[in-house]
Amino acid sequence: MSEATLQPVTPSAAMIRTLGLVATVCGILLVLTYQNTLEAINANKRVALERAVFKVIPGAHSMKAFHVGKAGLVPEGGAVPAGAVKFYAAYDQAGQLRGLAAEAAAMGYADMVRVLYAYNPAKQAIDGFGVVGHRETPGIGDKIIFDKAFLKNFEALDARLGAAGDALANPIRVVKNGGKQNPWEIDAISGATVTSRAVARGINDSAQKLVPLLAPHLDKLQGGQ
Amino acid sequence: MVIPGQTPPTNLDEFLEGIWKQNPVFVMVLGLCPALAVTVSAVNALAMGAATTFVLLGSALLVSLMRRIVPREVRIATYIVIIATFVTIVDYLIAAISLELYEALGAFIQLIVVNCMILGRAEAHASKFAPGRALINALGMGIGFSIGLFALGSVREILGAGTLFGVPLFGPDFQPWVVMVLPPGGFFVLGAWLLLFNWWRNRKPAPREPVVAAGEASHG
Repeated sequence: MSEATLQPVTPSAAMIRTLGLVATVCGILLVLTYQNTLEAINANKRVALERAVFKVIPGAHSMKAFHVGKAGLVPEGGAVPAGAVKFYAAYDQAGQLRGLAAEAAAMGYADMVRVLYAYNPAKQAIDGFGVVGHRETPGIGDKIIFDKAFLKNFEALDARLGAAGDALANPIRVVKNGGKQNPWEIDAISGATVTSRAVARGINDSAQKLVPLLAPHLDKLQGGQ
Repeated sequence: MVIPGQTPPTNLDEFLEGIWKQNPVFVMVLGLCPALAVTVSAVNALAMGAATTFVLLGSALLVSLMRRIVPREVRIATYIVIIATFVTIVDYLIAAISLELYEALGAFIQLIVVNCMILGRAEAHASKFAPGRALINALGMGIGFSIGLFALGSVREILGAGTLFGVPLFGPDFQPWVVMVLPPGGFFVLGAWLLLFNWWRNRKPAPREPVVAAGEASHG
């Protein structure tokens, strides 16, 4: 860099001009890319979400997103009422309601563990489960995706509404591996307790809000294409 | 690098510099954050290599085109803005191509911006030469980086998951060597490759080039 140090000092105006030019060129490039990829990115996200919902609700053919709050049920796209919870209603080919799904998230070992669970209003139970995103340790925490014994917890996980109607009758919670005695308990994966607990806490937080809000509106969702 | 008293390198030399003589992973040991973090599978490694190559090419072109109008006082700021632009572009492109890949690469796409190899190339090469030469050099560096990542990613996937490109290699009885897909495995595999590479280079009695070029960053 010896020749550089001999150069005269650049006037400030030249620096500002150059930086302004660079910022303009880069800004134009960014806006062009953003506009041209936006559609594809949104389509990708929609497909990924649909695939995740259809996986937790077998037999589903189409789905619709809703927000439910104290004020009522709003299809996605309308004004979202304060304190509303988002969920997806999945329908089969005949337009009959197959089940409801919602996202849940809680802090795991490394980052938020984001899952999707299926709520079956007829059984008043959670009967489907899938992982949307996680950064847990490979080989340990990621067992929540495929561990058969763990997934068995979500075949009929009790999520009955309590007598007061404002919370679940029994909070969903995690118990030590092999300690499951009640239908609302989740058997943790041994060695991956933190991740298992995150799954349970996420689902509990979400279901505690969603199930009571949803109860008065269930009939509207039946075949409500 | 043009050294006085030497004939200027041909295009082929320029191209091969990044692949062999100054391979970013094995010789310069640059850009180690992505090299260690995302190389848990061969696909991730190749995708990261392709993304980095794209950023290298884009930034080399712009830096080289602007080399006469960028005052030296603000050159680093200019390079960073240019590199950040191309990283954001590649970020959008990958999300548009495949959301699964985007999830797998996670934050490391955004972190290409601090890959010192790219800033190093902008400072040490693209800002000194015409666009054509800068692009050839950037392409060589990008391919060299991709080869390095692939060498790490394939070994780690084979040992750590028993698969290559997701295809099982050893049958159902294989017990995956999980440590290989964890961070320590990255260091083990990188160490083994560096050992092999340096042994191969030192084996030859021919006089060697200086390993680190002048003005090059040497950490990563």
